[in-house]
Amino acid sequence: MDLRALYEEVILDHNRNPRNYPKRPEGTNHTAEGHNPLCGDHVSVHLRVENGVIQDLGFEGEGCAISTASASLMTEALKGKSEADAKVLFDRIHDALIADGVTADEVTESLGKLAVLLGVKEYPMRVKCATLPWHTLQAALKQVDEPVTTE
Amino acid sequence: MSKAETTALEHGRNLFDVYEVRKDFPVLHQTVNGHPLVYLDNGATSQKPRAVIDTVSHYYETYNANIHRGVHFLSENATREYEAARDTAQRFINAADRRETIFVRGTTEGINLVAQAYGRPRLKPGDEIILSTMEHHSNIVPWQMVCQQTGAKLKVVPVTDEGEFDFEAYLRLLGPKTRIVATVHLSNSLGTINPVKKIVEAARQHGAVTLLDGAQAVPHVAVDVQDIGVDFYAFSGHKVFGPTGIGILYGRQELLDAMEPYQGGGDMIRTVSFEETTYNDLPYKFEAGTPNIVGAIGLAAALDYVSNLGIDAISAYEDDVVAYATDKVADIPGVRIIGTAPEKSGIISFLMDGVHPHDIGTVLDSQGVAIRAGHHCTMPLMKRFGVAATSRASFALYNTKEEADILVAAIWMVKEMFKR
Repeated sequence: MDLRALYEEVILDHNRNPRNYPKRPEGTNHTAEGHNPLCGDHVSVHLRVENGVIQDLGFEGEGCAISTASASLMTEALKGKSEADAKVLFDRIHDALIADGVTADEVTESLGKLAVLLGVKEYPMRVKCATLPWHTLQAALKQVDEPVTTE
Repeated sequence: MSKAETTALEHGRNLFDVYEVRKDFPVLHQTVNGHPLVYLDNGATSQKPRAVIDTVSHYYETYNANIHRGVHFLSENATREYEAARDTAQRFINAADRRETIFVRGTTEGINLVAQAYGRPRLKPGDEIILSTMEHHSNIVPWQMVCQQTGAKLKVVPVTDEGEFDFEAYLRLLGPKTRIVATVHLSNSLGTINPVKKIVEAARQHGAVTLLDGAQAVPHVAVDVQDIGVDFYAFSGHKVFGPTGIGILYGRQELLDAMEPYQGGGDMIRTVSFEETTYNDLPYKFEAGTPNIVGAIGLAAALDYVSNLGIDAISAYEDDVVAYATDKVADIPGVRIIGTAPEKSGIISFLMDGVHPHDIGTVLDSQGVAIRAGHHCTMPLMKRFGVAATSRASFALYNTKEEADILVAAIWMVKEMFKR
Protein backbone atom coordinates (compact mmCIF):
# COMPACT_ATOMS: atom_id res chain seq x y z
CA MET A 1 0.00 0.00 0.00
CA ASP A 2 1.64 3.15 -1.20
CA LEU A 3 0.37 6.06 0.82
CA ARG A 4 2.09 8.49 -1.53
CA ALA A 5 -0.29 7.46 -4.30
CA LEU A 6 -3.06 8.89 -2.14
CA TYR A 7 -1.26 11.76 -0.49
CA GLU A 8 0.64 13.04 -3.49
CA GLU A 9 2.57 16.27 -3.01
CA VAL A 10 -0.09 18.16 -4.99
CA ILE A 11 -2.78 16.92 -2.57
CA LEU A 12 -0.73 17.81 0.48
CA ASP A 13 0.01 21.25 -0.97
CA HIS A 14 -3.64 22.00 -1.73
CA ASN A 15 -4.59 20.79 1.74
CA ARG A 16 -1.98 23.01 3.36
CA ASN A 17 -2.88 26.03 1.24
CA PRO A 18 -6.33 25.57 -0.23
CA ARG A 19 -7.00 27.89 -3.21
CA ASN A 20 -10.18 29.99 -3.29
CA TYR A 21 -10.75 29.21 0.38
CA PRO A 22 -12.51 30.37 2.41
CA LYS A 23 -14.19 32.40 -0.26
CA ARG A 24 -17.63 33.51 -1.35
CA PRO A 25 -17.12 35.61 -4.47
CA GLU A 26 -18.73 39.02 -4.79
CA GLY A 27 -22.02 38.61 -6.66
CA THR A 28 -22.36 34.88 -5.91
CA ASN A 29 -25.51 33.65 -7.61
CA HIS A 30 -25.18 29.90 -7.18
CA THR A 31 -24.44 28.21 -3.89
CA ALA A 32 -24.86 24.77 -2.35
CA GLU A 33 -23.90 22.91 0.75
CA GLY A 34 -22.53 19.38 0.80
CA HIS A 35 -22.33 17.03 3.74
CA ASN A 36 -20.72 13.66 4.36
CA PRO A 37 -22.70 12.11 7.22
CA LEU A 38 -20.06 9.43 7.64
CA CYS A 39 -17.45 11.84 8.97
CA GLY A 40 -19.36 15.07 9.55
CA ASP A 41 -17.44 16.90 6.84
CA HIS A 42 -19.24 19.77 5.19
CA VAL A 43 -18.39 22.01 2.28
CA SER A 44 -20.14 24.98 0.69
CA VAL A 45 -19.46 25.89 -2.93
CA HIS A 46 -20.21 29.40 -4.17
CA LEU A 47 -20.19 30.50 -7.80
CA ARG A 48 -20.77 33.61 -9.80
CA VAL A 49 -22.10 32.47 -13.15
CA GLU A 50 -22.66 34.98 -15.94
CA ASN A 51 -23.91 34.08 -19.42
CA GLY A 52 -23.27 30.42 -18.75
CA VAL A 53 -19.65 30.98 -17.70
CA ILE A 54 -18.25 30.45 -14.20
CA GLN A 55 -16.67 33.85 -13.65
CA ASP A 56 -15.52 33.14 -10.10
CA LEU A 57 -15.93 30.47 -7.44
CA GLY A 58 -14.80 29.55 -3.97
CA PHE A 59 -15.54 27.17 -1.14
CA GLU A 60 -15.92 27.09 2.62
CA GLY A 61 -16.17 24.38 5.25
CA GLU A 62 -14.08 21.76 6.91
CA GLY A 63 -12.89 18.49 5.58
CA CYS A 64 -10.07 16.00 5.34
CA ALA A 65 -7.02 16.46 3.13
CA ILE A 66 -8.66 14.61 0.28
CA SER A 67 -11.90 16.60 0.23
CA THR A 68 -10.10 19.91 0.82
CA ALA A 69 -7.60 19.27 -1.97
CA SER A 70 -10.35 18.05 -4.27
CA ALA A 71 -12.37 21.22 -3.66
CA SER A 72 -9.31 23.42 -4.07
CA LEU A 73 -8.24 21.75 -7.34
CA MET A 74 -11.83 21.92 -8.57
CA THR A 75 -12.09 25.67 -8.05
CA GLU A 76 -8.77 26.16 -9.80
CA ALA A 77 -9.83 24.05 -12.76
CA LEU A 78 -13.25 25.61 -13.26
CA LYS A 79 -12.62 29.33 -13.14
CA GLY A 80 -13.55 30.77 -16.53
CA LYS A 81 -15.07 27.52 -17.74
CA SER A 82 -18.59 27.24 -19.15
CA GLU A 83 -21.27 25.38 -17.26
CA ALA A 84 -21.23 22.79 -20.03
CA ASP A 85 -17.46 22.27 -19.60
CA ALA A 86 -17.93 21.94 -15.84
CA LYS A 87 -20.52 19.24 -16.40
CA VAL A 88 -18.19 17.34 -18.72
CA LEU A 89 -15.38 17.53 -16.18
CA PHE A 90 -17.69 16.42 -13.35
CA ASP A 91 -18.80 13.39 -15.34
CA ARG A 92 -15.23 12.50 -16.22
CA ILE A 93 -14.00 12.76 -12.63
CA HIS A 94 -17.02 10.98 -11.27
CA ASP A 95 -16.81 8.10 -13.74
CA ALA A 96 -13.07 7.73 -13.25
CA LEU A 97 -13.42 7.60 -9.47
CA ILE A 98 -16.26 5.12 -9.26
CA ALA A 99 -15.26 2.86 -12.17
CA ASP A 100 -13.48 -0.38 -11.33
CA GLY A 101 -9.98 -1.08 -12.56
CA VAL A 102 -7.25 1.06 -13.97
CA THR A 103 -8.27 4.36 -15.47
CA ALA A 104 -7.52 4.58 -19.18
CA ASP A 105 -4.50 6.73 -20.03
CA GLU A 106 -6.53 9.06 -22.24
CA VAL A 107 -8.95 9.76 -19.36
CA THR A 108 -6.09 10.40 -16.96
CA GLU A 109 -4.50 12.74 -19.50
CA SER A 110 -7.73 14.60 -20.10
CA LEU A 111 -7.98 15.31 -16.38
CA GLY A 112 -4.65 17.11 -16.31
CA LYS A 113 -3.71 18.18 -12.78
CA LEU A 114 -6.97 16.71 -11.44
CA ALA A 115 -5.60 13.22 -12.17
CA VAL A 116 -3.91 13.28 -8.74
CA LEU A 117 -7.36 12.65 -7.27
CA LEU A 118 -7.42 9.19 -8.84
CA GLY A 119 -5.06 7.92 -6.13
CA VAL A 120 -8.12 7.70 -3.90
CA LYS A 121 -9.44 4.76 -5.94
CA GLU A 122 -7.27 2.41 -3.90
CA TYR A 123 -9.13 3.54 -0.77
CA PRO A 124 -12.84 2.83 -1.28
CA MET A 125 -13.77 4.43 2.05
CA ARG A 126 -12.23 7.69 0.89
CA VAL A 127 -13.74 8.04 -2.59
CA LYS A 128 -16.66 10.00 -1.17
CA CYS A 129 -14.22 12.50 0.34
CA ALA A 130 -12.99 13.30 -3.18
CA THR A 131 -16.42 13.41 -4.80
CA LEU A 132 -18.18 15.54 -2.16
CA PRO A 133 -17.07 18.95 -3.52
CA TRP A 134 -17.97 17.89 -7.06
CA HIS A 135 -21.46 16.78 -6.08
CA THR A 136 -21.86 20.04 -4.23
CA LEU A 137 -20.77 21.96 -7.32
CA GLN A 138 -23.35 20.09 -9.38
CA ALA A 139 -26.05 21.00 -6.87
CA ALA A 140 -24.95 24.64 -6.92
CA LEU A 141 -25.11 24.80 -10.71
CA LYS A 142 -28.56 23.25 -10.63
CA GLN A 143 -29.32 25.52 -7.69
CA VAL A 144 -30.76 22.70 -5.62
CA ASP A 145 -31.94 24.09 -2.31
CA GLU A 146 -31.63 20.88 -0.30
CA PRO A 147 -28.17 20.15 1.11
CA VAL A 148 -26.57 17.29 -0.81
CA THR A 149 -25.03 14.35 0.98
CA THR A 150 -22.68 11.61 -0.09
CA GLU A 151 -25.24 8.98 0.90
CA MET B 1 1.86 5.19 43.96
CA SER B 2 1.18 3.73 47.38
CA LYS B 3 2.50 0.34 48.35
CA ALA B 4 -1.01 -1.06 48.43
CA GLU B 5 -1.66 0.19 44.90
CA THR B 6 1.61 -1.26 43.62
CA THR B 7 0.77 -4.59 45.13
CA ALA B 8 -2.67 -4.51 43.60
CA LEU B 9 -1.19 -3.81 40.19
CA GLU B 10 1.38 -6.58 40.51
CA HIS B 11 -1.38 -8.86 41.61
CA GLY B 12 -3.33 -7.92 38.50
CA ARG B 13 -0.30 -8.56 36.32
CA ASN B 14 0.35 -11.90 37.88
CA LEU B 15 -3.17 -12.95 37.15
CA PHE B 16 -3.13 -11.58 33.66
CA ASP B 17 -0.68 -12.69 30.98
CA VAL B 18 -1.53 -10.72 27.85
CA TYR B 19 0.68 -12.84 25.59
CA GLU B 20 -1.23 -15.95 26.61
CA VAL B 21 -4.51 -14.08 26.16
CA ARG B 22 -3.55 -13.02 22.65
CA LYS B 23 -3.16 -16.66 21.64
CA ASP B 24 -6.89 -17.03 22.24
CA PHE B 25 -7.75 -14.51 19.49
CA PRO B 26 -7.03 -15.93 16.01
CA VAL B 27 -7.78 -12.70 14.15
CA LEU B 28 -4.98 -10.81 15.87
CA HIS B 29 -2.29 -12.92 14.25
CA GLN B 30 -2.22 -11.43 10.78
CA THR B 31 -0.48 -8.69 8.87
CA VAL B 32 -2.35 -5.72 7.44
CA ASN B 33 -0.69 -3.71 4.68
CA GLY B 34 2.55 -5.51 5.44
CA HIS B 35 2.50 -4.76 9.18
CA PRO B 36 1.31 -6.79 12.16
CA LEU B 37 -2.32 -5.88 12.88
CA VAL B 38 -2.70 -3.51 15.82
CA TYR B 39 -6.42 -3.57 16.52
CA LEU B 40 -7.44 -0.46 18.44
CA ASP B 41 -11.06 -0.17 17.31
CA ASN B 42 -12.54 -2.17 20.16
CA GLY B 43 -15.02 0.59 20.92
CA ALA B 44 -16.65 -0.22 17.57
CA THR B 45 -16.50 -3.97 18.04
CA SER B 46 -14.23 -6.42 19.81
CA GLN B 47 -12.50 -9.50 18.42
CA LYS B 48 -13.64 -12.97 19.36
CA PRO B 49 -11.71 -15.58 21.34
CA ARG B 50 -11.40 -19.16 20.13
CA ALA B 51 -13.84 -20.22 22.86
CA VAL B 52 -16.61 -18.13 21.31
CA ILE B 53 -15.83 -19.17 17.73
CA ASP B 54 -15.81 -22.83 18.73
CA THR B 55 -19.02 -22.52 20.72
CA VAL B 56 -20.79 -21.01 17.72
CA SER B 57 -19.45 -23.68 15.34
CA HIS B 58 -20.30 -26.43 17.81
CA TYR B 59 -23.90 -25.24 18.01
CA TYR B 60 -24.36 -25.37 14.24
CA GLU B 61 -22.45 -28.64 13.88
CA THR B 62 -24.16 -30.59 16.63
CA TYR B 63 -27.42 -29.19 18.05
CA ASN B 64 -28.92 -26.46 15.87
CA ALA B 65 -32.67 -26.46 16.52
CA ASN B 66 -35.45 -24.12 17.50
CA ILE B 67 -36.07 -23.67 21.20
CA HIS B 68 -38.99 -23.87 23.64
CA ARG B 69 -41.14 -26.01 21.35
CA GLY B 70 -39.43 -29.09 20.00
CA VAL B 71 -39.90 -32.35 21.84
CA HIS B 72 -36.83 -33.79 20.19
CA PHE B 73 -33.24 -34.22 21.31
CA LEU B 74 -31.65 -31.31 19.42
CA SER B 75 -34.33 -28.85 20.49
CA GLU B 76 -33.94 -29.87 24.11
CA ASN B 77 -30.19 -29.30 23.90
CA ALA B 78 -30.60 -25.95 22.21
CA THR B 79 -33.21 -24.85 24.76
CA ARG B 80 -31.01 -25.92 27.67
CA GLU B 81 -27.97 -24.04 26.35
CA TYR B 82 -29.99 -20.93 25.50
CA GLU B 83 -31.46 -20.82 29.00
CA ALA B 84 -28.06 -21.58 30.54
CA ALA B 85 -26.76 -18.57 28.61
CA ARG B 86 -29.37 -16.45 30.37
CA ASP B 87 -28.11 -17.71 33.73
CA THR B 88 -24.56 -16.81 32.74
CA ALA B 89 -25.64 -13.30 31.74
CA GLN B 90 -27.62 -12.93 34.95
CA ARG B 91 -24.59 -13.85 37.06
CA PHE B 92 -22.30 -11.62 35.01
CA ILE B 93 -24.24 -8.46 35.89
CA ASN B 94 -25.49 -9.87 39.22
CA ALA B 95 -29.18 -9.56 38.43
CA ALA B 96 -31.36 -10.81 41.27
CA ASP B 97 -33.45 -13.10 39.08
CA ARG B 98 -32.96 -14.79 35.73
CA ARG B 99 -36.32 -13.43 34.56
CA GLU B 100 -34.83 -9.95 34.70
CA THR B 101 -32.36 -10.80 31.92
CA ILE B 102 -33.92 -10.27 28.48
CA PHE B 103 -32.15 -11.24 25.28
CA VAL B 104 -32.28 -8.41 22.75
CA ARG B 105 -30.37 -7.62 19.55
CA GLY B 106 -28.06 -5.21 21.32
CA THR B 107 -27.90 -2.06 23.43
CA THR B 108 -29.87 -0.12 20.83
CA GLU B 109 -32.80 -2.52 20.91
CA GLY B 110 -32.69 -2.63 24.70
CA ILE B 111 -33.04 1.15 24.93
CA ASN B 112 -35.78 1.25 22.30
CA LEU B 113 -37.64 -1.44 24.21
CA VAL B 114 -37.58 0.62 27.40
CA ALA B 115 -38.50 3.85 25.59
CA GLN B 116 -41.49 2.24 23.87
CA ALA B 117 -42.69 -0.35 26.37
CA TYR B 118 -41.97 1.58 29.56
CA GLY B 119 -41.88 5.22 28.48
CA ARG B 120 -44.53 5.59 25.82
CA PRO B 121 -47.60 4.44 27.79
CA ARG B 122 -46.56 6.35 30.92
CA LEU B 123 -45.12 9.66 29.75
CA LYS B 124 -47.39 12.70 29.68
CA PRO B 125 -46.92 16.09 28.04
CA GLY B 126 -44.42 18.11 30.07
CA ASP B 127 -42.78 15.08 31.69
CA GLU B 128 -39.01 15.19 31.55
CA ILE B 129 -36.36 12.69 30.48
CA ILE B 130 -32.79 13.50 31.50
CA LEU B 131 -29.86 12.47 29.29
CA SER B 132 -26.29 13.76 29.10
CA THR B 133 -24.37 15.46 26.30
CA MET B 134 -22.07 12.45 26.00
CA GLU B 135 -24.79 10.00 24.96
CA HIS B 136 -24.42 7.78 21.92
CA HIS B 137 -27.13 8.46 19.34
CA SER B 138 -28.74 5.19 20.44
CA ASN B 139 -29.45 6.74 23.84
CA ILE B 140 -30.78 9.97 22.31
CA VAL B 141 -32.94 9.11 19.32
CA PRO B 142 -35.24 6.53 21.01
CA TRP B 143 -36.03 9.15 23.67
CA GLN B 144 -36.61 11.87 21.07
CA MET B 145 -39.05 9.52 19.34
CA VAL B 146 -40.95 8.86 22.55
CA CYS B 147 -40.99 12.60 23.27
CA GLN B 148 -42.63 13.20 19.90
CA GLN B 149 -45.18 10.50 20.67
CA THR B 150 -46.03 11.70 24.19
CA GLY B 151 -45.15 15.37 24.49
CA ALA B 152 -42.44 14.65 27.06
CA LYS B 153 -39.27 16.77 26.95
CA LEU B 154 -35.54 16.04 26.99
CA LYS B 155 -33.24 17.73 29.52
CA VAL B 156 -29.53 17.43 28.87
CA VAL B 157 -26.78 17.27 31.50
CA PRO B 158 -23.72 19.13 30.22
CA VAL B 159 -20.21 17.72 30.27
CA THR B 160 -17.22 19.58 31.67
CA ASP B 161 -14.13 20.53 29.66
CA GLU B 162 -12.46 17.36 30.97
CA GLY B 163 -15.35 15.31 29.62
CA GLU B 164 -17.01 14.61 32.95
CA PHE B 165 -20.73 14.31 33.64
CA ASP B 166 -21.59 17.63 35.33
CA PHE B 167 -23.12 16.23 38.49
CA GLU B 168 -24.04 19.59 40.02
CA ALA B 169 -25.89 20.56 36.85
CA TYR B 170 -27.62 17.18 36.91
CA LEU B 171 -28.91 17.80 40.43
CA ARG B 172 -30.33 21.12 39.26
CA LEU B 173 -32.11 19.44 36.33
CA LEU B 174 -33.76 16.82 38.50
CA GLY B 175 -37.23 17.89 39.57
CA PRO B 176 -40.85 16.90 40.11
CA LYS B 177 -41.34 16.36 36.35
CA THR B 178 -38.36 14.03 35.94
CA ARG B 179 -39.64 10.59 34.96
CA ILE B 180 -36.63 8.91 33.39
CA VAL B 181 -32.86 9.38 33.67
CA ALA B 182 -30.94 7.59 30.91
CA THR B 183 -27.19 7.92 30.64
CA VAL B 184 -24.08 6.15 29.50
CA HIS B 185 -21.96 4.16 31.97
CA LEU B 186 -18.68 4.52 30.05
CA SER B 187 -18.52 7.09 27.24
CA ASN B 188 -17.63 5.58 23.85
CA SER B 189 -16.07 8.84 22.64
CA LEU B 190 -14.24 9.97 25.77
CA GLY B 191 -13.74 6.91 27.93
CA THR B 192 -15.23 8.73 30.92
CA ILE B 193 -16.69 6.43 33.56
CA ASN B 194 -19.76 8.12 34.99
CA PRO B 195 -20.61 8.04 38.71
CA VAL B 196 -23.59 5.84 37.96
CA LYS B 197 -24.34 4.85 41.54
CA LYS B 198 -24.67 8.51 42.56
CA ILE B 199 -26.64 9.33 39.40
CA VAL B 200 -29.11 6.52 40.06
CA GLU B 201 -29.44 7.39 43.74
CA ALA B 202 -30.26 11.03 42.99
CA ALA B 203 -32.80 9.98 40.35
CA ARG B 204 -34.48 7.60 42.76
CA GLN B 205 -34.90 10.37 45.33
CA HIS B 206 -36.98 12.16 42.70
CA GLY B 207 -38.96 9.06 41.87
CA ALA B 208 -37.43 8.75 38.40
CA VAL B 209 -36.69 5.48 36.66
CA THR B 210 -33.09 4.96 35.50
CA LEU B 211 -31.49 3.34 32.48
CA LEU B 212 -27.78 2.87 31.83
CA ASP B 213 -26.20 2.30 28.44
CA GLY B 214 -23.54 -0.25 29.32
CA ALA B 215 -22.27 -1.01 25.80
CA GLN B 216 -18.74 0.23 26.50
CA ALA B 217 -18.61 -0.42 30.23
CA VAL B 218 -19.15 -4.17 30.23
CA PRO B 219 -15.82 -5.19 28.63
CA HIS B 220 -13.84 -2.88 30.92
CA VAL B 221 -15.33 -2.63 34.40
CA ALA B 222 -17.24 -4.85 36.79
CA VAL B 223 -20.99 -4.28 36.52
CA ASP B 224 -23.29 -5.18 39.40
CA VAL B 225 -26.80 -3.94 38.64
CA GLN B 226 -28.02 -4.50 42.19
CA ASP B 227 -25.11 -2.58 43.68
CA ILE B 228 -25.66 0.28 41.23
CA GLY B 229 -29.38 0.13 42.00
CA VAL B 230 -30.33 0.85 38.40
CA ASP B 231 -33.74 -0.03 36.95
CA PHE B 232 -32.63 -0.88 33.39
CA TYR B 233 -29.18 -1.75 32.06
CA ALA B 234 -28.49 -2.53 28.40
CA PHE B 235 -25.37 -3.93 26.74
CA SER B 236 -24.27 -5.58 23.50
CA GLY B 237 -22.59 -8.93 23.06
CA HIS B 238 -20.20 -7.91 20.32
CA LYS B 239 -18.43 -5.27 22.41
CA VAL B 240 -17.59 -7.89 25.04
CA PHE B 241 -16.02 -10.49 22.71
CA GLY B 242 -19.32 -12.13 21.78
CA PRO B 243 -21.26 -12.24 18.50
CA THR B 244 -23.11 -9.33 16.90
CA GLY B 245 -26.91 -9.24 16.96
CA ILE B 246 -27.24 -10.25 20.60
CA GLY B 247 -27.34 -8.25 23.78
CA ILE B 248 -28.91 -8.06 27.20
CA LEU B 249 -31.51 -5.81 28.67
CA TYR B 250 -31.65 -6.05 32.42
CA GLY B 251 -34.82 -4.71 33.99
CA ARG B 252 -36.14 -4.82 37.53
CA GLN B 253 -38.84 -7.45 37.66
CA GLU B 254 -41.46 -5.18 39.16
CA LEU B 255 -41.09 -2.78 36.23
CA LEU B 256 -40.91 -5.47 33.55
CA ASP B 257 -44.01 -7.15 34.94
CA ALA B 258 -45.96 -3.91 34.73
CA MET B 259 -44.91 -3.28 31.13
CA GLU B 260 -46.76 -4.30 28.01
CA PRO B 261 -44.84 -6.35 25.44
CA TYR B 262 -42.55 -4.52 22.99
CA GLN B 263 -43.19 -6.80 20.01
CA GLY B 264 -45.85 -9.41 19.39
CA GLY B 265 -45.28 -12.85 17.93
CA GLY B 266 -44.38 -16.39 18.79
CA ASP B 267 -42.86 -17.34 22.15
CA MET B 268 -44.17 -14.20 23.88
CA ILE B 269 -47.74 -15.52 24.16
CA ARG B 270 -49.52 -17.96 26.42
CA THR B 271 -52.74 -18.34 24.42
CA VAL B 272 -53.89 -16.73 21.21
CA SER B 273 -57.39 -16.42 19.83
CA PHE B 274 -58.85 -13.76 17.58
CA GLU B 275 -60.81 -12.46 20.55
CA GLU B 276 -58.01 -12.32 23.07
CA THR B 277 -54.33 -13.09 23.52
CA THR B 278 -52.66 -13.64 26.86
CA TYR B 279 -48.96 -13.02 27.26
CA ASN B 280 -46.21 -15.25 28.47
CA ASP B 281 -44.31 -14.61 31.69
CA LEU B 282 -40.96 -12.90 31.99
CA PRO B 283 -38.54 -13.01 30.31
CA TYR B 284 -40.39 -14.50 27.30
CA LYS B 285 -42.93 -11.70 27.20
CA PHE B 286 -40.15 -9.58 25.67
CA GLU B 287 -38.65 -12.21 23.37
CA ALA B 288 -41.06 -12.43 20.45
CA GLY B 289 -40.10 -14.67 17.57
CA THR B 290 -37.24 -17.13 17.26
CA PRO B 291 -34.39 -15.39 19.03
CA ASN B 292 -30.71 -15.27 18.13
CA ILE B 293 -30.12 -18.64 19.77
CA VAL B 294 -26.50 -19.11 18.74
CA GLY B 295 -25.81 -15.47 19.57
CA ALA B 296 -27.02 -15.97 23.13
CA ILE B 297 -24.96 -19.13 23.54
CA GLY B 298 -21.92 -17.42 22.01
CA LEU B 299 -22.40 -14.44 24.31
CA ALA B 300 -22.39 -16.74 27.31
CA ALA B 301 -19.07 -18.22 26.10
CA ALA B 302 -17.69 -14.68 25.86
CA LEU B 303 -18.89 -13.73 29.34
CA ASP B 304 -17.39 -16.94 30.73
CA TYR B 305 -14.14 -16.07 29.01
CA VAL B 306 -14.09 -12.65 30.68
CA SER B 307 -15.09 -14.10 34.04
CA ASN B 308 -12.33 -16.70 33.89
CA LEU B 309 -9.72 -14.00 33.33
CA GLY B 310 -11.37 -11.87 36.00
CA ILE B 311 -12.85 -8.47 35.19
CA ASP B 312 -10.82 -6.78 37.93
CA ALA B 313 -7.56 -8.22 36.58
CA ILE B 314 -8.61 -7.10 33.08
CA SER B 315 -9.42 -3.57 34.33
CA ALA B 316 -6.09 -3.24 36.15
CA TYR B 317 -4.15 -4.50 33.14
CA GLU B 318 -5.96 -2.24 30.66
CA ASP B 319 -5.63 0.83 32.85
CA ASP B 320 -1.87 0.29 32.95
CA VAL B 321 -1.61 0.00 29.13
CA VAL B 322 -3.96 2.92 28.46
CA ALA B 323 -2.14 5.17 30.97
CA TYR B 324 1.14 4.32 29.23
CA ALA B 325 -0.34 5.06 25.78
CA THR B 326 -2.06 8.23 26.98
CA ASP B 327 1.21 9.72 28.25
CA LYS B 328 2.98 8.99 24.97
CA VAL B 329 0.18 10.30 22.77
CA ALA B 330 -0.18 13.45 24.89
CA ASP B 331 3.57 14.08 24.52
CA ILE B 332 3.31 14.45 20.73
CA PRO B 333 3.37 18.20 19.97
CA GLY B 334 0.15 19.40 18.34
CA VAL B 335 -1.86 16.48 19.67
CA ARG B 336 -4.68 17.13 22.12
CA ILE B 337 -6.60 14.44 23.97
CA ILE B 338 -10.35 14.98 24.24
CA GLY B 339 -11.62 13.42 27.45
CA THR B 340 -9.27 13.70 30.38
CA ALA B 341 -11.56 12.70 33.23
CA PRO B 342 -9.74 11.12 36.19
CA GLU B 343 -12.19 8.21 36.02
CA LYS B 344 -11.83 6.78 32.55
CA SER B 345 -11.05 3.54 30.80
CA GLY B 346 -10.10 2.02 27.49
CA ILE B 347 -10.34 5.01 25.17
CA ILE B 348 -8.00 7.70 23.84
CA SER B 349 -9.79 10.24 21.66
CA PHE B 350 -7.49 12.84 20.14
CA LEU B 351 -7.13 15.74 17.75
CA MET B 352 -4.06 16.74 15.79
CA ASP B 353 -3.42 20.32 14.66
CA GLY B 354 -4.10 20.73 10.95
CA VAL B 355 -4.78 17.07 10.24
CA HIS B 356 -8.26 15.67 9.79
CA PRO B 357 -9.09 12.49 11.73
CA HIS B 358 -9.90 10.61 8.52
CA ASP B 359 -6.43 11.28 7.16
CA ILE B 360 -4.96 10.09 10.46
CA GLY B 361 -7.07 6.92 10.18
CA THR B 362 -5.86 6.21 6.64
CA VAL B 363 -2.19 6.74 7.47
CA LEU B 364 -2.46 4.59 10.59
CA ASP B 365 -4.16 1.86 8.56
CA SER B 366 -1.18 1.86 6.19
CA GLN B 367 0.88 0.89 9.27
CA GLY B 368 -1.54 -1.88 10.24
CA VAL B 369 -3.09 0.20 13.03
CA ALA B 370 -6.91 0.11 13.10
CA ILE B 371 -8.59 3.05 14.81
CA ARG B 372 -11.89 4.88 14.31
CA ALA B 373 -12.10 8.37 12.90
CA GLY B 374 -15.38 10.24 12.98
CA HIS B 375 -18.06 11.47 15.32
CA HIS B 376 -18.49 8.05 16.99
CA CYS B 377 -22.28 8.44 16.85
CA THR B 378 -22.03 11.25 19.41
CA MET B 379 -22.62 14.35 17.29
CA PRO B 380 -23.91 16.50 20.20
CA LEU B 381 -20.73 15.71 22.12
CA MET B 382 -18.55 16.62 19.13
CA LYS B 383 -20.43 19.92 18.93
CA ARG B 384 -19.80 20.49 22.64
CA PHE B 385 -16.06 20.24 21.97
CA GLY B 386 -16.33 22.30 18.78
CA VAL B 387 -15.09 19.56 16.45
CA ALA B 388 -16.66 17.53 13.66
CA ALA B 389 -14.73 14.39 14.48
CA THR B 390 -11.91 12.88 16.53
CA SER B 391 -9.51 10.00 16.08
CA ARG B 392 -10.17 7.29 18.63
CA ALA B 393 -7.92 4.48 19.75
CA SER B 394 -9.97 2.08 21.86
CA PHE B 395 -8.23 -0.69 23.78
CA ALA B 396 -9.23 -4.16 24.89
CA LEU B 397 -7.77 -6.80 27.15
CA TYR B 398 -5.49 -8.15 24.38
CA ASN B 399 -3.72 -4.88 23.56
CA THR B 400 -0.13 -4.41 24.69
CA LYS B 401 2.30 -1.60 25.44
CA GLU B 402 4.25 -2.64 22.33
CA GLU B 403 1.10 -1.93 20.33
CA ALA B 404 0.77 1.43 22.06
CA ASP B 405 4.32 2.18 20.87
CA ILE B 406 3.36 1.28 17.29
CA LEU B 407 0.32 3.57 17.54
CA VAL B 408 2.49 6.42 18.77
CA ALA B 409 5.11 5.89 16.04
CA ALA B 410 2.33 5.91 13.42
CA ILE B 411 0.95 9.20 14.80
CA TRP B 412 4.43 10.68 14.53
CA MET B 413 4.47 9.52 10.91
CA VAL B 414 1.19 11.37 10.28
CA LYS B 415 2.71 14.48 11.80
CA GLU B 416 5.75 14.25 9.53
CA MET B 417 3.62 13.67 6.46
CA PHE B 418 1.31 16.63 7.02
CA LYS B 419 3.86 19.06 8.41
CA ARG B 420 3.47 22.59 7.21
